Amino acid sequence: MIGAFIIAFREVIEAGLIISIVLAATRGIPGRMRWVLLGVVGGLAGAGLVALFAESISDAFEGSGQDILNAAVLIVAVLLLIWHNTWMSKHGKELAGELRAAGEAVRSGEREAAALSIVVGAAILREGAELVLFLYGLVASGTSGADIQFGAFAGIGAGILLSAVTYLGLASIPSRYVFSITSALIIFLAAGLASQAAQFLANAGVVDILGQTLWNSSGVIAENSWPGRVLHALVGYTDRPTALQGLVYVGTIAVMIGLMQWSSADKRPTVRTA
Amino acid sequence: MSRSLHPLRLGIAAFLAVTGAAVSARADDMPVIKVEMRDGVILPAVIEVPANMRFKLEISNTGQSPVEFESTELKREKALAAGSTSAIVFRTLDPGTYQVFDDFHPEAKATLVAK
Repeated sequence: MIGAFIIAFREVIEAGLIISIVLAATRGIPGRMRWVLLGVVGGLAGAGLVALFAESISDAFEGSGQDILNAAVLIVAVLLLIWHNTWMSKHGKELAGELRAAGEAVRSGEREAAALSIVVGAAILREGAELVLFLYGLVASGTSGADIQFGAFAGIGAGILLSAVTYLGLASIPSRYVFSITSALIIFLAAGLASQAAQFLANAGVVDILGQTLWNSSGVIAENSWPGRVLHALVGYTDRPTALQGLVYVGTIAVMIGLMQWSSADKRPTVRTA
Repeated sequence: MSRSLHPLRLGIAAFLAVTGAAVSARADDMPVIKVEMRDGVILPAVIEVPANMRFKLEISNTGQSPVEFESTELKREKALAAGSTSAIVFRTLDPGTYQVFDDFHPEAKATLVAK
């Protein structure tokens, strides 16, 4: 029962931490809850489909189908997170202040929330397919006792609870700072997802360069330990990164900071206040 | 050790690795290594695979519970429902010993030896 609890809990928080950051980052955007829920539902449906067609997906592209699908999902999420931070560095101040009604932020905010709903869906699709397989296996096999099933569902509940606590913690940050903090979190989140995508492409043979390992820190923080898993979900920690992963990680951070600088400098003086 | 360093063998391996990556050889051409996972047991406990060439690891879950074949060293993972079989294609692997485990049965461990 403890085993089932831990596995379900682990899989839920991997996606849950991403969702709580996205929720905190979209504070003040009207209609965001609807979009985030849509992302959750879409992601779960997608995860179910991936679990259902796991074998045919695996066999696609000469055995690289799963890697290519994972890379594609992650790349979409990364692009949207880059866009989000660029947008936020222009409109964050308007959302944080009480100028909402006047701001352009409200008009383009809905589109912004829609983009993040896709990020939420991608996070769940990526992590959820494993959870769906795990849970479906427990329920459908009929051989696992009620205590194991209870453990798994308790793990899901605990994972959702921890994600909610993370969100409430982020949401309690004063609005002057909240977007700076979520933007910083999203930079590392996006860099981590981008480096994972790079590794999936390397596994699929699409990219065939810079495969050498940069360092091995598995003795300090093992990737499959608790701290390792949380760091992996939040900032893309991996204990044996390849040169390609390192390059993509640093490159994503540089691109995001560059775009954010450009976007906030681009702010027209007329927008200031009326 | 001296066997694997034979120039001809090395040449063939390198040729296969290059053509495998560039031309993407047909899936049927590569060696298939079978692994069985059953409710917390990985068989064989020592999985022998060829180094420096393309091969396919065919994983069958013959147990009653879902499994997830995983190796952080190899940066690979694959979840399998009970009764299903799936494969991971490796482009090339340096000779060495790699730890693998079942992420859904933390006590289940095995080693993958490439040579």
